[in-house]
Amino acid sequence: MARPNLTGPIAVLMLFAIWEGSVHAFGIREFLLPAPSVIASEAWTIRGAILNHTLATLQTVLLGFAAAVLISLPLAMAIASSPVISAAIYPLLVITQSIPKVALAPILIVALGANELPRVIVTFLVAFFPLVVASVAGLLAAPPELIELGRACRAGRIQQMLRIRLPYAVPFVFGGLKVAAALSVVGAVVAEFVGADAGLGYLIQTSMAFFRTPLAFAAVVILALMGMTLFALVGAMERILFPWSSSSQTNIPAA
Amino acid sequence: MILLSGVGKTFRGRDGGRVEALSDITLRVAPGEFVAIVGASGCGKSTLLRLVAGLVPVSLGRVEVGGELVTEPRADTAMVFQAPTLLPWADVLRNVTFPLRLMGKATSRTEDEARALLAKAGLSGFETKLPRELSGGMQQRVAICRALLQQPRVLLMDEPFGALDALTREEMSIELLRIWAETGAAVLFVTHSISEAVLLADRVVVMSPRPGRIADIIQVSLPRPRDFAQEGTPAFHEAAQRIRALIYAKKEAAHGQA
Repeated sequence: MARPNLTGPIAVLMLFAIWEGSVHAFGIREFLLPAPSVIASEAWTIRGAILNHTLATLQTVLLGFAAAVLISLPLAMAIASSPVISAAIYPLLVITQSIPKVALAPILIVALGANELPRVIVTFLVAFFPLVVASVAGLLAAPPELIELGRACRAGRIQQMLRIRLPYAVPFVFGGLKVAAALSVVGAVVAEFVGADAGLGYLIQTSMAFFRTPLAFAAVVILALMGMTLFALVGAMERILFPWSSSSQTNIPAA
Repeated sequence: MILLSGVGKTFRGRDGGRVEALSDITLRVAPGEFVAIVGASGCGKSTLLRLVAGLVPVSLGRVEVGGELVTEPRADTAMVFQAPTLLPWADVLRNVTFPLRLMGKATSRTEDEARALLAKAGLSGFETKLPRELSGGMQQRVAICRALLQQPRVLLMDEPFGALDALTREEMSIELLRIWAETGAAVLFVTHSISEAVLLADRVVVMSPRPGRIADIIQVSLPRPRDFAQEGTPAFHEAAQRIRALIYAKKEAAHGQA
């Protein structure tokens, strides 16, 4: 960590430069592919509205993500603690995961009304599955010797889960959290496409209806930034709260 | 301290067939006695330890520790595995105190005792290090301290030095003897190194495979405290030779049958 690695940011900047140059050089029309400068200036003119849309989406993302975390972890512990529960729940999980969320969204909105709840549920449904799978994998990853050590110390099933399996699963859970954070943004936008009167997904739809392509692009860029920020925040949280986890992820099985 | 009488263990195989891992094991280990178990892989050495630890139930016969039938893991029995099996998230001190904390037996003195034990094992100054910051030998020292902190009356060691390099291994054998001498625990020590068994043990149990049986028990009459100089003595060679003969005789007999 002596020097920050600038290769990534430079590559992104170069991509934008090529994009800007190509749009001008080939005279591409704005509603097909706007130049980055046009996207920025159009977004700036309605910055107040864009801020509101961003906050609306962020709220859905965070609520959906929080619901995913609150439900996934206990669910994962239940699945990992008993083969019977696992056999009962896993097929249900796979079914919910096989249903396209886009197909489910309009049904939920009719059933629950055009408010925040169906959007949060769709976000949750998109985000929670990888988190459950990663957490279960982590809870079952504790080496047999460690479990035997717990048994030799007369640890019961609950102690085994809380004192051995759960801490052991932390790096796995954070792997799942990173995926879930990124997917929460996807889920929120899918929900907003179907039923919303605010949010970046709504902004993309309404902008495209009026061929205001630069605004749609602006929303896409903000969504990308939102996903990246959440991802980075989860990573930072792991490094601060569980310093042994992030740097030891690769050699954990050796323990 | 430990009493096995007519112990047998049969596992159900994956195909539904039965695999006899141990047959007719009778062994008595006195308090403060160091008994090594040697034998080829698959002779049920580790299974034997797990029976005494109460981790695996016997199929036949009985296992007693301190005059009581073993039906589940006991608080006065501690185990050291081949892998250090440390908690990757806990520092050295918390790893050593983990069993006592888990059993709710940690007291205000536990931490001081742990520090003293770590100092004896040459780990002073490493109390706040994480396992991954230690070498393999140091990790295994931590695991041994963790077992000893429970002040066990029975110490079960399953090839504890098996994953270490030869030099670390020799160094740690002598260290183990030095620390064990002060505890008075009865030790069952599984190894597949004949010289390690002779160097450490009062008696060496030689096992033959399929099913695991006791081929013979060799008395080691070397004086304590032991050190490497004794490896050159006739008594050491004689004991090692007898063990080797027992192991290979059984192997040839098995080949003859096949």
